[in-house]
Amino acid sequence: MNSWITNNVWLIPAAPIAASLLILAFGKAARRAAAAVAIVGQIAALTMSIFAFVPTLHSHGFRAVQNFTWFTFGEQILRIGFVLDPLAAAMLLMIALVGLCIFVFSIGYMGEDKNFSRFFAYLSFFSGAMLGVVVANSLLLLFVFWELVGLASYLLIGFWIERPSAAAAAKKAFITTRIGDMGFFLGILLLYHRSGTLLFYDGGRGCLEPVALSAIGSSVTLVALLIFCGAMGKSGQFPLHVWLPDAMEGPTPVSALIHAATMVAAGVFLVARVYPIFSVGAINGVTPSLTVVVWIGVITGLMAALIAIAQFDIKRILAYSTVSQLGLMMVSLGAGGVAAGIMHLLAHGFFKALLFLGAGSVIHGLHHEQDIRKMGGLHRLMPITFLTYAVGMMALSGVPFFFSGGWTKEEILHATSNWPRSHLPHYLALIGVILTALYMTRQIIYVFFGNRRAASEHAHESPSVMAIPLIVLAVCAVFLSVVLTPAWPWLESYLTGHPARFDARLLIQPMIVVSLALVGAGVSVGIWMYRRAGEADPLQHAQPALFRFLENKMWIDEIYGRTVIALSAILARLSDWMDRHVWDALVQDIGRIGQFFGRVTTSADERVINAGVDESTSGAHGLGRLMSRWHSGQIQTYLGAVALGMLALVLLYAWLG
Amino acid sequence: MTLPILLVISSGLFCIGLLAALSRRHAIFILIGIEMMLAAANLNFIAFWRFGPQPAQPTGMMVAIFAIAIAAAEAAVGLAMVIVVYRHFRSTNVDQLDRLKG
Repeated sequence: MNSWITNNVWLIPAAPIAASLLILAFGKAARRAAAAVAIVGQIAALTMSIFAFVPTLHSHGFRAVQNFTWFTFGEQILRIGFVLDPLAAAMLLMIALVGLCIFVFSIGYMGEDKNFSRFFAYLSFFSGAMLGVVVANSLLLLFVFWELVGLASYLLIGFWIERPSAAAAAKKAFITTRIGDMGFFLGILLLYHRSGTLLFYDGGRGCLEPVALSAIGSSVTLVALLIFCGAMGKSGQFPLHVWLPDAMEGPTPVSALIHAATMVAAGVFLVARVYPIFSVGAINGVTPSLTVVVWIGVITGLMAALIAIAQFDIKRILAYSTVSQLGLMMVSLGAGGVAAGIMHLLAHGFFKALLFLGAGSVIHGLHHEQDIRKMGGLHRLMPITFLTYAVGMMALSGVPFFFSGGWTKEEILHATSNWPRSHLPHYLALIGVILTALYMTRQIIYVFFGNRRAASEHAHESPSVMAIPLIVLAVCAVFLSVVLTPAWPWLESYLTGHPARFDARLLIQPMIVVSLALVGAGVSVGIWMYRRAGEADPLQHAQPALFRFLENKMWIDEIYGRTVIALSAILARLSDWMDRHVWDALVQDIGRIGQFFGRVTTSADERVINAGVDESTSGAHGLGRLMSRWHSGQIQTYLGAVALGMLALVLLYAWLG
Repeated sequence: MTLPILLVISSGLFCIGLLAALSRRHAIFILIGIEMMLAAANLNFIAFWRFGPQPAQPTGMMVAIFAIAIAAAEAAVGLAMVIVVYRHFRSTNVDQLDRLKG
């Protein structure tokens, strides 16, 4: 079953990118028009995504591929293409819908910014690049869009360029992800070298299909791990997670877009997309590369959840929670629960966008205050924000039955409990669930309950242009719990291609009871701990050393500063020294030889030839003075003269025939 | 796409680049103009190769790829020079950088 859109998937990313170029070309003055163009582009992408989603529902394992030749290099034919399958279609729908909510919210949030239209141009560009990552059917094309996402995130994180901290954060994000991308690119080269193709699906000859997979042979683990490097950089996995919390320097809608729907999802999506490469030769679903994915995910998830407990910036808490959730998704992918990981990614996209936009609404209402210690008592002043935020918080904590995060988290726990290699990741994931409930409870209590503190005196509810996206996202976060219910796992069957059956008994499983107990424990510990929280954190009172360790992000930035960055600084100094003292000395010594000959000839000159020449030099001096007028020091004058000279030569040549 | 059309495009690109390099005051824009002129030259290479006597051999493309790689290195050096000039003179306006005046 094909329709026009399944044969033209490229139109989906093209729409927001076209909107972005339009705004960049004409939108400097027209602020309203810029936002309108961006939103029209996003609505176009959303509509096409829905049309693309419908045919994928009709048949199991639907896949529409269009490949074409990019260029021919000698005998090598490089082909790229676009693909539409359930994974891509579900991601398209999520990205387009969440993106649209964020675009609308930004009209209110960025309303006073002087670079309003530039912001919408970048936002559209970001959304288009991410949609491109999803529909690419070639690792090379995916890499191109991947880098465009990186560029867009650099531009957006550093959007407030006048702040030095924003510029530094943008640079940090760009450089850190570049380290991962270096590995990713090497992985692409190795894969191409071994399999001779970068197309994912190509009628049985693509690199994700059996023939090419067996051609990769023994280096398949290396290929998988190199590709995973890229995913680690983009999805903020340990040890490349350091850029993600700093990326909070960007405007809040950007944080929502980066941390919910787009950039960080790209890494998890990449692993899911090239999953066949990771799972070649799996015994019981375990391969060396997947084991690495599990452990990296576990370390990331637990570490970030611990750090989140001791942060005071409302956005930073959410940032670390994102890092932690991404770790959980990686664990799920590595432990064989691909569908569970992607389902959590989709659900997370909605509720994390909701939380970030809610945080944005709070920040906007409090006139750009981000410290949770200065908030408090906002549940009366900002009721819509409070209610939607509470929905997001419960979805993130994984409250089962009514909130989307509950089901997907339970699926992930299920996948980890079945991992044959070790049970440790499962237990650590359980601890992660408790911690998530704990830090979200802490945040809610600090922000919305208790006494009104300094910043919340003049708080006001946000205008409807910001409230409506919050409500839409909250409804989605609840509605998804119906879609994701394990009683009728159609989304899972849609992603994996196995038929689904309705079974109400699956609603009550041991794992659900366990996760309900864990979330309950986390929330009640949170309420008990923070019931009288004031300016000082109760944990800070009880365990000052531990708290400082966590508050300073386990000193990982400092460790990098002392090791990696210090090493490259030393190398830079070394090459500077080499340049000054070795190479320069060499040049100067050669120069001295010249000087010596120069002296010899001077003395010959002065005694023998000089006398006769003196006369003519004065003439040359006069000429030189005349010529030095031309020597203005303006390089553009010189360049113009060169261009004129070239023109004269061309004309002369034409005239001579 | 025929050879004359490509040559017109590339000469147009060259003229735009030259105009940028001659008229902009900011050093980085001058660099961008130079890059555009390089791109025009690359386009010429590709066009003459594609419509030349031996389009099967990838020589023209090789030259263009080498030129792109070298242009990337040149851009890195050029940008580094702009940064050094800015640190020294606190300006990137080429009108003010006339220390070579005779």
